[in-house]
Amino acid sequence: MTDFGDIAVAGLICLGAFFLFVGSLGLAKLPDLMRRLHGPTKATTLGIGAVLIASMLYFLLNGDTFSIQELLITTFLFLTAPVTALMVAKAHLLLDKSERKNLSPTGRKVDWSVFDAPPPEQSQGSPSKDS
Amino acid sequence: MFGNLIPHPLLTLLIVVVWILLNGFSWGAAVLGLILGIVVPRLTSAFWPDRPVVRSPLTIIEYAAIVLTDIVVANFQVAYLILFRRGEDLHSQFVTVPLDLRTPEAISTLAGTITMTPGTVSASLSADGRSLLVHCLDTDDPEKTVSDIKARYESRLKRIFER
Repeated sequence: MTDFGDIAVAGLICLGAFFLFVGSLGLAKLPDLMRRLHGPTKATTLGIGAVLIASMLYFLLNGDTFSIQELLITTFLFLTAPVTALMVAKAHLLLDKSERKNLSPTGRKVDWSVFDAPPPEQSQGSPSKDS
Repeated sequence: MFGNLIPHPLLTLLIVVVWILLNGFSWGAAVLGLILGIVVPRLTSAFWPDRPVVRSPLTIIEYAAIVLTDIVVANFQVAYLILFRRGEDLHSQFVTVPLDLRTPEAISTLAGTITMTPGTVSASLSADGRSLLVHCLDTDDPEKTVSDIKARYESRLKRIFER
């Protein structure tokens, strides 16, 4: 393992740790739930991403094997993190009545799906969305 | 009959590949992956009746590159906001993104992308599936945020999944 490789791995871990810290700080510091929700979604993208790239680079430079599991972890995180955030946001909208006046209008005849039932199926068979 | 046995061929292939990557290659892992790849899509097919059509595979690469770049750039912006601004001073608000997309897969991808891109979180969909509720952490110009989302992400997703 070269010195340059060591420096690159260390730098990536520091970068990842920094963004994970900022994400957690945002979760603790920001005043209301919707703003707080921004913190963890940040941490999972660049923070975890940088740490995983550092892990891949380390095992690549140490001459063992090219380890692909990190890419899978990233993929799973990218698939699950938005779903979690969406569920938290929806629960918040349902539970906190005072938030409802802050919502922007849908621009449609119906309300947001957490408050309103989907309209009856159109005749041309457009894809219906479950709430 | 073949369509009933394997409702989503690409999903089956994906499950087999992911299973082999997770466990390292062996014929046992390949067989078990294939069994899972057949069973899982059949069990979940009730929740996923349509088969998405990918019209422009090359655009997916372009889309992934743009999203990754945006994530890195916007991460620094949000880190700055969290570290150096007081939470109460942030101009957070909900904005409405009217959707041109119609297929559920495309809308899900757009909503996921919006959440993963720092600074915005998608919160809900209108009951008829034609507009998306997005929460911005700090914006002074909601119209520009919406037009950015539409131009950068939605237009490319429309090329990938529809048209």
